[in-house]
Amino acid sequence: MTAPFGRRLCEVAENRVTGGYRVFSLLDREGPEPLPGQFYMLAAGRHWAHRGGRPFLPRAISVAEAGPAANGVRLDFLVEGVGPGTERLCLFEEGETVWVTGPLGNSFSEPREVSPGAAGAVLVGGGIGVAPLAFLRRGFAERGVPLRVLLGFRDRVHQGGLELFCGAGGDLCPEVRLASEDGHAGHRGYVTDLLAAIFAGDDATSAVVYSCGPPAMLEAVRVLCAERGVACELALESPMACGFGACFGCAVPKPEGGYIRLCVDGPVVQGDRVAEVAHA
Amino acid sequence: MPDLCGTPLAHPVINASGTYDAIAARRVFGDALLADFPFSAFVSKTITPEPRAGNEPRRIWETPTGMINSIGLPNKGLEGFLAEDLPQLAELPVPLVVSVMATSKELFARLVGAVAEREEVAAIELNVSCPNVHSGLIVGEQPAETEALTEALRPLTEKPLIIKLTPNVADPAAVAVAAGEGGADAVSLINTLKASAFDATGEPALAAGHGGLSGPAVRPIALQQLRAVTAAVAIPVIGMGGISNGADAAEFLAAGASLVAVGTENFRDPRAGSRIAAELGSAPQRAVVAHLPLDLE
Repeated sequence: MTAPFGRRLCEVAENRVTGGYRVFSLLDREGPEPLPGQFYMLAAGRHWAHRGGRPFLPRAISVAEAGPAANGVRLDFLVEGVGPGTERLCLFEEGETVWVTGPLGNSFSEPREVSPGAAGAVLVGGGIGVAPLAFLRRGFAERGVPLRVLLGFRDRVHQGGLELFCGAGGDLCPEVRLASEDGHAGHRGYVTDLLAAIFAGDDATSAVVYSCGPPAMLEAVRVLCAERGVACELALESPMACGFGACFGCAVPKPEGGYIRLCVDGPVVQGDRVAEVAHA
Repeated sequence: MPDLCGTPLAHPVINASGTYDAIAARRVFGDALLADFPFSAFVSKTITPEPRAGNEPRRIWETPTGMINSIGLPNKGLEGFLAEDLPQLAELPVPLVVSVMATSKELFARLVGAVAEREEVAAIELNVSCPNVHSGLIVGEQPAETEALTEALRPLTEKPLIIKLTPNVADPAAVAVAAGEGGADAVSLINTLKASAFDATGEPALAAGHGGLSGPAVRPIALQQLRAVTAAVAIPVIGMGGISNGADAAEFLAAGASLVAVGTENFRDPRAGSRIAAELGSAPQRAVVAHLPLDLE
């Protein structure tokens, strides 16, 4: 699947608060439906450089949910305002237009594509990084893939994406287990504690792990999986100017030396195809 | 009709080296890229004699209306380029310019000789923003080094040689004149401006400590350097530096550029080249005025 060539203007259909984050929806009248893990380059059609010439470059944001809409495709994005770009995205108003390029990058694989004997999937998400896993979870659930979902949050404010894992009735999907650093929900501690417990307790080694979240969490997931010989796919993040292989800014080290470009070789990378996930 | 040292071009907008990977873009956007190719000629990423992995991340940093990059010229090296990339670039519907860089005359000669042999290549751009291992000097910062290098490479090919000038000099016109004396067919400017930034923790924002600034932030500097160069040389000049729309491009043509190149704007808009060419075509004034007098001299 290729993306339409160039950027196009899409309309903001909705923008709502979810915890300390925002979820906004765009109506894309031209592009195909994206796959879980893919991302778009986004920039406001007006007032993009709202803070002294910044933001200047578009921002790479992964899809949290997508589906058919009247006259096009609805694209949902989960964002936290942490800088001039994401803060401007958070300000989107219904009806305003957004420059969109995409869908870009690769997508998560089916468990059996990663590991022929895989019996199911374990999704491990942290903070804002739960976004692509919400989209992935729905697809797996619809296709009957045996599924466990482990989500970790720092505190209540940072659990804004949790609603993406709720059913129509507003209740959390039954396969979801939570961890919170402040103990307000689920296990007090890290989501990787839940993954380690699963690995210690049962046959999860026959599952494939799919993960997205803060770099330190991803590195912990990568190490846990490597120790247990469990295949994993990690959705990584990197500073990115273009999203289509032009700028070479999003270099991620390969285990054997050299770099991949995360925009065209990722953002989903097999755990054994990435060197240590760089984290502070 | 605009031309690249004699090769007619559909419009005056090409790309700046290193700002568009047509092979990756074709993977992302499919053959629509070829059907509506944004540039009237395509300039490759810089090729070096041996493969390079590029610099350690972090490689890019956004600045007000611009960005700093320290990518480090990742490329497959001469052999990899000729075997893997050139056949794919030859499928582009426009003339191909290959950018090359090396650290000595001998290595430059190897690159130019090998690239010039290939009929798919319309012209060669010399990236001289690199140190000469023998002198330790950045070639493009020294008129004498630039002239000597151009002179040494000139006999190797009849294909146009374009010298990409660095803006990190007090007198770019002197370097441009030297390139012309050495036998260059054209010069292009500006390359990125040396720049630094620090992150919120007080550490250098880029792993390399510094990089090159590009984007609209550099445009007025590019225009002044372009004026100085077009006033000093008779050979064609390819102007670039922060061009993001047709009005910007018209300024570069007014300052004497024969062609303009788009760089950083490609990152924001994958079809920036065709957009700018269209905007330029419909601009009310499209005056090409060479050799404007410099009012500061």
